Amino acid sequence: MALLSVENLRAYYRTEIYGISRTVRAVDGVSFELASNEIYGVAGESSCGKTTLIKVISGTIKPPLKVEAGQVRYQFGLYDVDMLHIEQDELRRNVRWKEISYVMQGSMSVLNPVRRVVTTFEDIVDTHQIISDRKMFLEQMREHVNKLGLPPEVLNLYPHQLSGGMRQRVAIALATVFHPRLIIADEPTTALDVVVQRGVLQMLKGIQAESGNTVLLVTHDLAVHANVADRVAIMYAGRIVEEASTEIIFNAPSHPYTQHLIRSLPMIGDRSSKAGLGGAPPNLANPPNGCRFHPRCPHAMDVCRTEVPEMIMLEGGHRVACHLIKGAAR
Amino acid sequence: MSANSGKLLDVQHATVVFHIGSLIGGTRLVAVNDVSFSLESARPEIYTLAGESGSGKTTLSSLILHDLNPTEGKILFEGRDVTQIRKRNEVMDFMKKVQPVFQNPFETFNPLRRVEEYLYDTAVNFGMAANRQDAAPVVDETLRQVGLSLEEVSKRYPHELSGGQIQRVSVARALIPHPRLILADEPVSMVDASLRMEIVNVFRKLRDEQKVSVLYITHDLATAYYISDRISIMLRGFIVESGPVEDVLDRPLHPYTRLLKESVPEPAPQERGLWAKHIELGTTEVKEYGRVGCKFAGRCPQVMDICRKADPPDVEADGRTVKCYLYTEGARQRPEAPAEPLD
Repeated sequence: MALLSVENLRAYYRTEIYGISRTVRAVDGVSFELASNEIYGVAGESSCGKTTLIKVISGTIKPPLKVEAGQVRYQFGLYDVDMLHIEQDELRRNVRWKEISYVMQGSMSVLNPVRRVVTTFEDIVDTHQIISDRKMFLEQMREHVNKLGLPPEVLNLYPHQLSGGMRQRVAIALATVFHPRLIIADEPTTALDVVVQRGVLQMLKGIQAESGNTVLLVTHDLAVHANVADRVAIMYAGRIVEEASTEIIFNAPSHPYTQHLIRSLPMIGDRSSKAGLGGAPPNLANPPNGCRFHPRCPHAMDVCRTEVPEMIMLEGGHRVACHLIKGAAR
Repeated sequence: MSANSGKLLDVQHATVVFHIGSLIGGTRLVAVNDVSFSLESARPEIYTLAGESGSGKTTLSSLILHDLNPTEGKILFEGRDVTQIRKRNEVMDFMKKVQPVFQNPFETFNPLRRVEEYLYDTAVNFGMAANRQDAAPVVDETLRQVGLSLEEVSKRYPHELSGGQIQRVSVARALIPHPRLILADEPVSMVDASLRMEIVNVFRKLRDEQKVSVLYITHDLATAYYISDRISIMLRGFIVESGPVEDVLDRPLHPYTRLLKESVPEPAPQERGLWAKHIELGTTEVKEYGRVGCKFAGRCPQVMDICRKADPPDVEADGRTVKCYLYTEGARQRPEAPAEPLD
């Protein structure tokens, strides 16, 4: 049974200012499933809808963002949640942070700058259960932090006293207080140095391996996915264009966009010239017809300009949306 | 002509000391410690300064831009001490020749101003165009060099552009006065991998076609390897290893360089083993700054007694300079290649 199933999700930003209405189709027909006990990577350029997708599946849907169609369903053991129709109160009390938690890019914005780290822990726990014995609570928090390899002293410090990597690890500790079944990590290491990045990702991976929960890792850095994720989905202009196991994505990608991304990755030991992809990501307020990648695609055919390619299942759970593949399969 | 006339940029024993804390009880923090390197005028190149945050890269770039005076040492640009450039026309000339590209494009642009205004301002202020109308083709041309066009950015505010687009706008802005040296401080750290190559390719093109030198400050060793000619690895204010990029990154000698190289995730899932080896993160940065002797001694797997007592000397070894006791005469051992992967 899948932990999360997203079906044909369409989430648009609709604005109307002085009579001029504008629709940004940030997520346009996305379907995928998350199993329990896996690390699922989502990759794509900025403004491809990664963050909007996260907003919808974590239930943070605020105007102008509006879900037009589709379903987002969770299965937490015996507890079913329909994310698009859940009451806000219920979401806050029973789902958010207990079953789904969120690690953001700028962890400074998670931690209150004028309060000690421990107070933030208290605030979050307090929303879900009554803290009757403060001493025992502190003891539990120390134990929790210690288990993740952080010195317990961090609890008594202010966020500005911590280094960037330390703050990010505190944010992960915060996200795992209730041992949620799903941890959503949105660009968790983008602003960090390589050595610190390695440490933070190792910690995240360690937590996942130990508790067997699911991690949804969103980052544009494919090299991170290569080292961390079990499966990877590549997004382009609001749609998933390819999804497969990490090995297939890196060693035998099928979609021209994925192929380009993999080919253009710089590596130590390789100085051969690598071209950037020409053109720019499409404006999602006015996306191209047909396959949204066709203006930049080196293999574009006539059919790509008119028809939206359907998702095609290949071997080994490999899904790809491209007319080239369709032609080969027939 | 002075002895330095052949050098575009010559950093001589630059040292910056910051004082932290109160007037009486504070501590000294040596952010840049006796750093020397130079770029030749006749041979444009891309020179990388790499290291973690807190290694002094950005302080060094402030020195070169003359935002900061060195505590000791000298920075010479085209043979002139940058601290002596004071006259208005000389300052303008210096600013024209040395252009910065900063780390966070959202902080470099005023959120309430349209981004194109900066491009027009730069073109007019540096005399590349007489007025706004004349500036349009100049602006459009530089935008095209970074893969954008005036049409795409006109009438847009910073928040309406993606991180990659706006960073390319700031590279375009730096290109307007046709500089001789571009000082790029982490220009790609906020940009997508697919667009990173476009930006670093721009630097490559500038070096090859327009003979512009680039000082590329980064922690991303993969792009550094891709574009640069020479590289210096910085740690807590010191340059610990420097030389041609292929020597330094293919066969790193300093234990710190080895740790850095190993931590760069390889985009190949079959080679996860080395990266996945558990590492301990140092918890206190300031402690490492204050350390006597080699700053890496606390984390180094090959640490010796002498490392904790005095600063290691610069040793010439295998085509590069390395600041490590392992390679001095009479050292306990001289490993040819990395003996053991780091823990």
